[in-house]
Amino acid sequence: MNWLWGKGTLLHRFAAEVFGIGLQLLARALTAVRGLWVGNEPVDRPRIYYGNHTSNGDFVLIWTALPPDLRKKTRPVAALDYWFKTRIRKFIAESVINAVLINRVAETREENPVELMGQALGEGSSLIIFPEGLRNQTEEKALPFKTGLYHVLSQNPDVEAVPCWIENLNRVLPKGTLLPIPLICTVTFGPPITLGQDEGKDAFLERARQGLLDMAAIHERVRP
Amino acid sequence: MTHISTEFWELLGYLLLVLLILPLICEVLDGRFGVRRNQAIRNIDNRIKAWWVMIVVLAIAVALGSFGVLALFIFCSFATLREFLTLTNTRLADSWALSAAFFFVLPFQYLAVGMGWFEVYELFIPVYAFLAMPMLAALRGEPHSFLIRVAETQWSLMICIFCISHVPALLTLDIAGFEGKTLLLVLFLVIVVQSSDTLQYIWSMILGRRKIAPNLSPSKTLEGLIGGVLSSCVVGALLSFITPFGVFGAAAMAGVLSVAGFCGSLVMAAIKRDRGIKEWGPMVVQQAQGGFIDRLDSVIFAAPVFFHLVRFGWT
Repeated sequence: MNWLWGKGTLLHRFAAEVFGIGLQLLARALTAVRGLWVGNEPVDRPRIYYGNHTSNGDFVLIWTALPPDLRKKTRPVAALDYWFKTRIRKFIAESVINAVLINRVAETREENPVELMGQALGEGSSLIIFPEGLRNQTEEKALPFKTGLYHVLSQNPDVEAVPCWIENLNRVLPKGTLLPIPLICTVTFGPPITLGQDEGKDAFLERARQGLLDMAAIHERVRP
Repeated sequence: MTHISTEFWELLGYLLLVLLILPLICEVLDGRFGVRRNQAIRNIDNRIKAWWVMIVVLAIAVALGSFGVLALFIFCSFATLREFLTLTNTRLADSWALSAAFFFVLPFQYLAVGMGWFEVYELFIPVYAFLAMPMLAALRGEPHSFLIRVAETQWSLMICIFCISHVPALLTLDIAGFEGKTLLLVLFLVIVVQSSDTLQYIWSMILGRRKIAPNLSPSKTLEGLIGGVLSSCVVGALLSFITPFGVFGAAAMAGVLSVAGFCGSLVMAAIKRDRGIKEWGPMVVQQAQGGFIDRLDSVIFAAPVFFHLVRFGWT
């Protein structure tokens, strides 16, 4: 069956295309998501889109909110152990969203995650990452950032990091409910930041986190 | 099942004529008056663009018959409910109630409308959803701003599902001598209310002095309301050929719909003001597109009034 369903065959590529469109239609039906560009323009260059992590649908929303030409070149960074668990997940990760898959277990990994991400950026792709590391289920707007963003940027100093505040998705997919609740979501893309010449790790991560919180604050005045 | 009558094609012809002539008038008027009027002309230009979309969508729906119209308004209910609930205080403890709103109340209401179960679609949301929804919220045991949350949820159901479903409910009416033409009533309602919105706006711009509720909507004036209602009566009379009301009946009906539509947009403006937004839809609006509720607010209030007037007067 490999000649029919192997990677790169017409059927495989067609299925991936259909799945990708389906994923976007679902995201649009549930959230009518729109991208707002604040102090930033959607330009075609390798960037790291970093967002707040409140649910498993986060990367789909950023992906959908990007203009189509940028979307094609933007790859979510995702955990290998989660996405290789079932065949359907593997198919989505490898063929539909073209994820950069990271092995979270240091003992068994062959490639350094930072190098993998640098490689993708070098090929002209952009990345989507969630530097909080795990889903934020606290009252805080954003958890402290993990260091990955800093390490990738210190090896790729020309790359810009773009804060992407995802508003409302935590209300669409609340934890512990079966059905999603359709509500309007927005992704606010803020001004891009780059790593300063002798900027330290902690200072940079705090500045990046503040950039994300600034985008959250835009929505503060309209929230009931 | 209703079919498309000759009146439908006649009406479509008139509408296209109006939509083609209006932009020309705007073009001629543009730049002749002060800044305020020019803004008004741009506003009307935007409305004309929205009408094109509306007329194409409505014409397709009507051409598909009752099912097309029903599907269109199911979508309108879904889209407005999504916008409305986005701005409420609902929280995690409401998730059962909100899921029920989308996945049970909405389909069931439209099932009842589609089947023509009059008592069911008139009572289901105002009585039974009213009793059951707070129950679903209470089961989750979260007392914080409970009354506000359940009141907001019930309001959303009434506005976005109950009221809107009265547009396709017009299709279930049996009117002697008007068999198979109820689709035209849907068009009468939407055209009268949409044009009345714009006529009120135009009269306000030309003659407006006394603001009705300056804190809610600075463009609504008493002069605009009166002028709008009277000119809507003229529009209604012109459209009487698609109704069973006769010329004077259609004019009077249009006047009533115009007032109801005015109430709808004023009430929605009050909600928007309270929540600090200019338009429904995406929370921080950069482009002036507006959401579904902005386009439908006046239809929402006019639909049940129209439905009941027709039902009691002509069936």
